[in-house]
Amino acid sequence: MTLALKTETPPPAPAKPRQVTQSHRFDAELVAVTKRYGPGAPAVDNISLRIPRGSYCCLLGPSGCGKSTTLRMLAGHEEVSDGAILIHDQEITHAPPVARGTSMMFQDYALFPHLSALDNVAFSLKVQGVSRAERRAKAKEYLELVQMDHLAERLPSQMSGGQQQRVALARSLITRPKVLLLDEPLSALDPFLRIRMRAELKRIQKELGISFIHVTHSQDEALALADLVVVMNNAVIMQAGAAREVYETPSNAFVARFLGGHNVVQRAGGGEASVRADQCVIGARPGLRSLPGTVSMIEYQGTAVRVSVTGTDDEELTALMPTSAFFNDALELGQSVMLSWDPADEHPLA
Amino acid sequence: MLSSQTSPSRVTIPPKLASVLQVTPMALVFLALVIVPLGLIFVVSFLDYNFAQVFPELYLETWVDVLTSDLTLALYLKTFKFLIIVWAITAPLGFAIAYFLAFHLRSNWLRTLLVTAIAIPFWTSGPIRMVSWVPLLGREGVVNQALLGAGVIDEPLGWLMYSEFAVLVAYVQMLTMPMIATALNSMAKIPPSVIQAAQDAGASEWQIVRDIIFPLVRPGLAIGTIIVTTAIMGDVVMVKFMGGSQVNTVGMSIITDLNAFMYPPAAAKSILLLVVVLSIVVSLLRFADIRKELRN
Repeated sequence: MTLALKTETPPPAPAKPRQVTQSHRFDAELVAVTKRYGPGAPAVDNISLRIPRGSYCCLLGPSGCGKSTTLRMLAGHEEVSDGAILIHDQEITHAPPVARGTSMMFQDYALFPHLSALDNVAFSLKVQGVSRAERRAKAKEYLELVQMDHLAERLPSQMSGGQQQRVALARSLITRPKVLLLDEPLSALDPFLRIRMRAELKRIQKELGISFIHVTHSQDEALALADLVVVMNNAVIMQAGAAREVYETPSNAFVARFLGGHNVVQRAGGGEASVRADQCVIGARPGLRSLPGTVSMIEYQGTAVRVSVTGTDDEELTALMPTSAFFNDALELGQSVMLSWDPADEHPLA
Repeated sequence: MLSSQTSPSRVTIPPKLASVLQVTPMALVFLALVIVPLGLIFVVSFLDYNFAQVFPELYLETWVDVLTSDLTLALYLKTFKFLIIVWAITAPLGFAIAYFLAFHLRSNWLRTLLVTAIAIPFWTSGPIRMVSWVPLLGREGVVNQALLGAGVIDEPLGWLMYSEFAVLVAYVQMLTMPMIATALNSMAKIPPSVIQAAQDAGASEWQIVRDIIFPLVRPGLAIGTIIVTTAIMGDVVMVKFMGGSQVNTVGMSIITDLNAFMYPPAAAKSILLLVVVLSIVVSLLRFADIRKELRN
């Protein structure tokens, strides 16, 4: 029940020369943005981020890391305490949602329960005063884009979660946003549908050529979708970069651990390093660094087997072994083993 | 598989029988306290009578009288007039206040405080509440004194108390609260994201109220309307006290018959009133899925 229709708007900013949108450098830009809800640690702490044109950007992090707050500030559904937000190089920090050129796809879809799929999609045209015939025709086009035109007259309560989501997507896209904001859009879908829908999101993003900013806590989702992965934790950005760059060269222990598939080990010369689990093997070999431990978990994953080894100081390390290699010499729980890797595969962490 | 054999001593009741057993207590209470008395009233309405006596003889004149007299029509028109005026005030007022409470208050404790303040009159007993109108609306009351003091009037207004106006004021005061409560209940079920989605779509506050909030709150308003309808159609206390003996309504005419020990006409009027109120309620329920509204 705590929502305010009237977002407190500070005095209007001095008029700025209108920029030509064709020549903008970034689709979205956060400049030292901070969100405080009260005294104590801020929810988002002085983050800066530039999202190049036509990017699929994923904000990735554990719950409470500030990723959703960041998205809501971009959408204009949350006041910015400090800093500035730009869309297409225009400052919109305190602009109302509709004036930003963003559109948000909500986690709960937020469809209007009393309106049919078609009327949901046509709503933004209706409030602009577009005639009934015209807005329904346009809405039909967008329902076709998300392959929902056959259910145009259904009410939200008569549609499945996946179908509601497609309608919500069409309703966002019909406003022709410069940036589409997606708040954990796939988290309510079953795994099979999730993978299909994420491919579809990527297809639509490529087709429209606009930026999508997608909040998720799923590493797989972020790596699969994003041109730009932004890993957040404790209100700050831990690392931002291309999916492969972030995965292969995590810049700190948090990113390495959160993305999974990495072991964080102490380097010979001091400091920490990450080693990918698929580059680790069980058993000591000459030229490899090794740590002793006992096998604490074996997980068969179809294409590979995941073996966790608990070291002497309770640190858990993981080796991701090809199935054939594992079953040639099957391990047992509790067995004492060495977990080894090539020092050349170590990636130093900050 | 495991649990089915664990307690062989437990008797399993067929589901049908279980449902019947669950319904029985309430059904008995309902039968004894509603159906049987209603049946009695229905029977009595067809019986002959003279002063303070009812004879077990069929007498249809009572019903003919009730259904054809101009007085019945006049009483219903008067009661409907009250109903329409009170509804026309309490429905927009209730919607507006609920809207403010639900969407414009940021602080939760302030909302709780205000809702509590709205409910305060209902903590006091009915007679006290009604007696309190006298110092406000009476000839020597605050309103008259203030108007006299301000020089707006030369002598106290007589129609503030013991009049139709007084009855309306008391109804509005009492029945705005259920309108607020039912509207607020419906508004509280609208997820904030739905409002935000409408804002994203560029809807103005007025468009959001008209196109999103109002349609979603309509069932709540329908239930509020049912409460207002039943309260006014069945009321005698307020009319009697606030109207003095100046105002006559359907309910009052039943009381008058009862006071004169004329049970068959009172019974016939009661049955008619019941039929009228139930028809209104049934038609209003088409706007509201009452089960859905009462859920959570």
